[in-house]
Amino acid sequence: MTTSPQSSGSIRFVLNGSPVDLPVRPDTTALDAIRNHLGLKGTKEGCAEGDCGACTVLLRRGDGPRMAANACIMTAAQLDGAELTTVEGLKTDNVLTPVQEAMASNGSSQCGFCTPGIVMALTGLLEKTSDPDEEVIHDTLAGNLCRCTGYRPIVEAAKTAAKADRPEQAAPELPGCQPEIEFGGSVLHQPATLDEFTDLRAQYHDAVILAGGTDLGVARADYHSDWDRIISTRHVRELRMIETGSDAWTFGAAVTWDEILQAVGADYPSLAVLIRRFGSTQIRAMGTVGGNIGTASPIGDGPPALIALGASITLASKARGARTLPLEDFFLDYRKTELADDEVIAAVTLPRPKDGEAFRVYKLSKRYDQDISTVCGAFWVSMDDGKVAACRLAFGGMAAIPKRAKASENKLLGTSLESGSATEAGQALSEDFDPLSDWRGSAAYRSRSAASLLQRFARDLAGETVEVMAL
Amino acid sequence: MTIEIETIQRSVVGHGLAHDSAVKHVSGDAAYIDDMTEMPGTLHAALVISPVAHGRLNAIDPAKALALPGVKGFVAAADIPGHNDIGPILHGEPLFAEEIVDYLGQPIGAIAAETFEQAVKAARAVGLDIDELEPALDVEAAHKAGSYVMPPQKVLEGDVDAALASAEKIVEGRLDIGGQDHFYLETHIAYAIPGEDGDMVVHSSTQHPTEVQHHVAHVLGGLANSVDVFTRRMGGGFGGKESQPTIIAAAAALLARQTGKPVKLRLKRSTDMTATGKRHDMVATWKAGVDANGRIRGLDIEYLARAGNTPDLTGPVITRTLTHSDNSYFIPAARFVGHACKTNTVSNTAFRGFGGPQGIIAIEAIMDSIARELQLDPNVVRAINYYGPETGEVTPYGQPVEHNRLIEVTEALLASSDWQRRRAEIDAHNAEDPLLRRGLAMVPIKFGISFNLTSLNQAGALVHVYQDGSVHLNHGGTEMGQGLFMKVAQVVAEVFQIDIDQVKITATTTGKVPNTSATAASTGSDLNGMAAYNAATAIRGRMASVAAEHFDVSVEQIVFRESRVHAGNRSVSFGELAKMTWAARVQLSEAGYYATPKIHWDPKTLKGRPFFYYTYGAAVAEVAIDTLTGESRCLRADLLQDCGASLNPAIDLGQIEGAFIQGMGWLTCEELWWDGKGRLRTIGPSTYKIPGSRDVPREFNVHLLGNAPNAEETVYRSKAVGEPPLMLAVSVWLAIRDAVASCGAPGLAPQLIAPATPENILAAIDDVRARSGSLS
Repeated sequence: MTTSPQSSGSIRFVLNGSPVDLPVRPDTTALDAIRNHLGLKGTKEGCAEGDCGACTVLLRRGDGPRMAANACIMTAAQLDGAELTTVEGLKTDNVLTPVQEAMASNGSSQCGFCTPGIVMALTGLLEKTSDPDEEVIHDTLAGNLCRCTGYRPIVEAAKTAAKADRPEQAAPELPGCQPEIEFGGSVLHQPATLDEFTDLRAQYHDAVILAGGTDLGVARADYHSDWDRIISTRHVRELRMIETGSDAWTFGAAVTWDEILQAVGADYPSLAVLIRRFGSTQIRAMGTVGGNIGTASPIGDGPPALIALGASITLASKARGARTLPLEDFFLDYRKTELADDEVIAAVTLPRPKDGEAFRVYKLSKRYDQDISTVCGAFWVSMDDGKVAACRLAFGGMAAIPKRAKASENKLLGTSLESGSATEAGQALSEDFDPLSDWRGSAAYRSRSAASLLQRFARDLAGETVEVMAL
Repeated sequence: MTIEIETIQRSVVGHGLAHDSAVKHVSGDAAYIDDMTEMPGTLHAALVISPVAHGRLNAIDPAKALALPGVKGFVAAADIPGHNDIGPILHGEPLFAEEIVDYLGQPIGAIAAETFEQAVKAARAVGLDIDELEPALDVEAAHKAGSYVMPPQKVLEGDVDAALASAEKIVEGRLDIGGQDHFYLETHIAYAIPGEDGDMVVHSSTQHPTEVQHHVAHVLGGLANSVDVFTRRMGGGFGGKESQPTIIAAAAALLARQTGKPVKLRLKRSTDMTATGKRHDMVATWKAGVDANGRIRGLDIEYLARAGNTPDLTGPVITRTLTHSDNSYFIPAARFVGHACKTNTVSNTAFRGFGGPQGIIAIEAIMDSIARELQLDPNVVRAINYYGPETGEVTPYGQPVEHNRLIEVTEALLASSDWQRRRAEIDAHNAEDPLLRRGLAMVPIKFGISFNLTSLNQAGALVHVYQDGSVHLNHGGTEMGQGLFMKVAQVVAEVFQIDIDQVKITATTTGKVPNTSATAASTGSDLNGMAAYNAATAIRGRMASVAAEHFDVSVEQIVFRESRVHAGNRSVSFGELAKMTWAARVQLSEAGYYATPKIHWDPKTLKGRPFFYYTYGAAVAEVAIDTLTGESRCLRADLLQDCGASLNPAIDLGQIEGAFIQGMGWLTCEELWWDGKGRLRTIGPSTYKIPGSRDVPREFNVHLLGNAPNAEETVYRSKAVGEPPLMLAVSVWLAIRDAVASCGAPGLAPQLIAPATPENILAAIDDVRARSGSLS
């Protein structure tokens, strides 16, 4: 780490129960901070892209529970004001916790390199629920890869640990976040209001806008660039709000996917399934709706679903105030959006379901959990008298941007959504899309399977079992 | 056949003790190399790798990189004081590229800096002047051009051409078999610490400390006795740390020599996956001559293996493919040929199964195709081709199949998995033409245990008993998670009849036990367990003599039991006897040694008895496939594996389950994808998908074959377990084939590429449907 003479300030947080002042650049990865600056070697680096979970730690921000998160793609900036627990912070008086005890006595570790991360993920699970079923355990472990055991003894250990008594732990007092930290030539701004945020954005067009960091953090962990100026969205009050209206929710841009899952799961079960396959528990604890949209990936899973549901997005700038537009109009071209360089994403508004509507979203990938979509198809229809009165069919992975299939929609309108009209709508996708071939799938497979998803939609609404994971 | 060996209840061996480091694993206290306390002045290194698949390397300019903050040293081929050669078997495999770069990711040099981040950034700043050349990326094109890294290998038995000419039916086919990245959770790492007189201590994450020792010495231009290698534990190996660690260790040692500082070289995941070798992908084509019952009369299989840019371990990998192309079946006339195709891709290497899985999936595809084309029950076709239980039929490479448990294992499994009922249910389900079709399949596995090359089948151990009765254990085997250290410690505790806690497990090191073989080929506990047994038994014999003198009885009356040494109703503690033994000036230390008996192998003719014994196993898998999208899921798997008299059933169960899931990954979701320029694009877990917890079969019944001591004299009659169960996952792939076949007319063998990704499954469905259409 280079340290310039004008360095000042430090990251303040609670580490394993004790306050810490850590003088590092805010763009230092949390994993480097933990392993190399704090000397705690129990947290491992397996991939440095937030996928394997060997670096899993627990993070408490504000009043919530401790949440499992990936230290490798987190930056020290995100630790400021928080409570961090590493594997070294679990044992008390050298006694293993129930999760550790169950893992150690169940044959749940072989090489042991993934183990601390798995212990942390399961510890996070049991802070939220005391009686997890197998599916919830799998949801929890989706962000933790083990190459040795075949997982069965890990899942068993989770069940065993859930049955054990766990001592209540008092949450320590958090230090509160600092508005500005500068160290080693890297400046972190943590605005508290939307006004402050747009003000900073207007001043610093080149600053890194850091939301959950689950995408940007991957590049940072690969040491591709240094972040000399960071503006964090995390503490902007307006961006952290969820407004639940009778017709719609409005999510501030810094609302996490975990929080969205809690809000919408009951209304949109199919969306809930997608969100549970969205990254992992660790990723959903950090990743935000604003970040997912702002990064404008052609294969992000949030946008197709939100577009199909008719979501809108609110942008804000100091100079021009707020403006709201349909989300589908936000994406212009590959990684190009409507967002001006003095503008920020403020909120996303998502309509709630109405009678006569149906919504399904299907994701195809090589692995069911924690994979990036080969194709993601999100379908919303409004039926009137058994006929499709309105529809939005949106796809990810089929073009440079998440996009609606207008030709296909036209075929579907007015039909009764039976298998035959789904086939015709599927054929029309060739007018809408000309997908790419890559490691996730060939162009031919993408076209073919996108059409298949419309067929699945029709059969699903007709009550058929359409997914192998439902078996 | 019943093997008449007494099954003995033992006090330590045979118990399901936990992994020696289990508590340290869960508390984060188990130190991997990157976790060791660093010595002052330690530098961190990164590899400089080729950005192109093939090119002429005109110049390397590290000036800009060396000027970056913290950068302390750079080495390339020209800076090597010894030999630029790390070939594990054959010479001519450079550590760093010289005039030509041969694959994208090939190490060109290494750079050291004060921090890891500085080193990674500096590595990118090294200037490389390369004229790109056309890369060879395709094995079939390489085969056509006659471009190989070594001559072809052939297992030949009987008159294949005559057998094919006279056969009632010929079944032909082809299978594309994908490779696999090891994806050990801990990437490659070495920590080199320079000492006096040019000595070097190297902590290496390696399955083969001796090879690291030899190559570091060779590259530095010194003798083997100047290098000490230590390996306490690896964060996974799976074969990926058999030959490859020499690259990392040698580069770290060169930088340590140059800078005079300790140097740690750890690969980023993307560099690890780009620069180091994987399981060989292969193309198998075959022609089988069969009778009306599906019995094979003659079989011709040709494999095109992707060797990559150098031989590395491709030779013995292909040998194992060819010696496992029979799997469980007696093939009277065989021609198995393997070509080591040279391509401008990373040199492929060892991976759990070591070529065996490719041979076994090929013969199982053949069995399945024979059954489907003849419209016979695949299990019946398998059974009539099994090696006879008593006949000692001989494999195409000349080894009689003795102590054969195929029928015992498969019949027990078919019964316990309720095969007949489920087969009928699945057929009835598929007959209704649902979107989601089911498939069911059984696979038997016979796997040969021993390194094919006879000379590798030896091991050493070093056992000390201290005066307090505590025991120090060291041996040539390495711990990569497989539980070897615990198993060998159990053997030693059993010999002395002491508590397992009295046996100190210590890091593998070339200074204590020299000239070791890699911990590989599933032989870790067979070889090192027996060497430790021999060492401990020798010490126990000497201690017994001291005890006999003390109690004034004959040695035969001395009994070691429950940490005490007894003579009738008198006894002393094990520790007291240790002290007495020392006082009597009798040696309490022993270097044990073991060489596997009975084996011999002629690598020129590929004939002999390469394997001390075979292990047997079988699996039944049930899957569902989505005929719209090609997605699949394994709903149930039943596994039965012969582990002999298991040294540790809990550890063996973990090996079986873990191997099966890893094999399932190889055959379903794990896909290596190179672009047209020879750049591997699946270089991290975001793009290369190994199985996750939800991918485990929803119902997963795993059992060790009971009451099955090894008929050969292995350590406590146990059997090896590391690799064989990986191939049980072929059942999943066969079950997917079965589901695909149900989409077409009877009599058609599906063309299902491995791995059976959704895309490949959908393509196979399309293909059988198209062929069914053209039939009708």
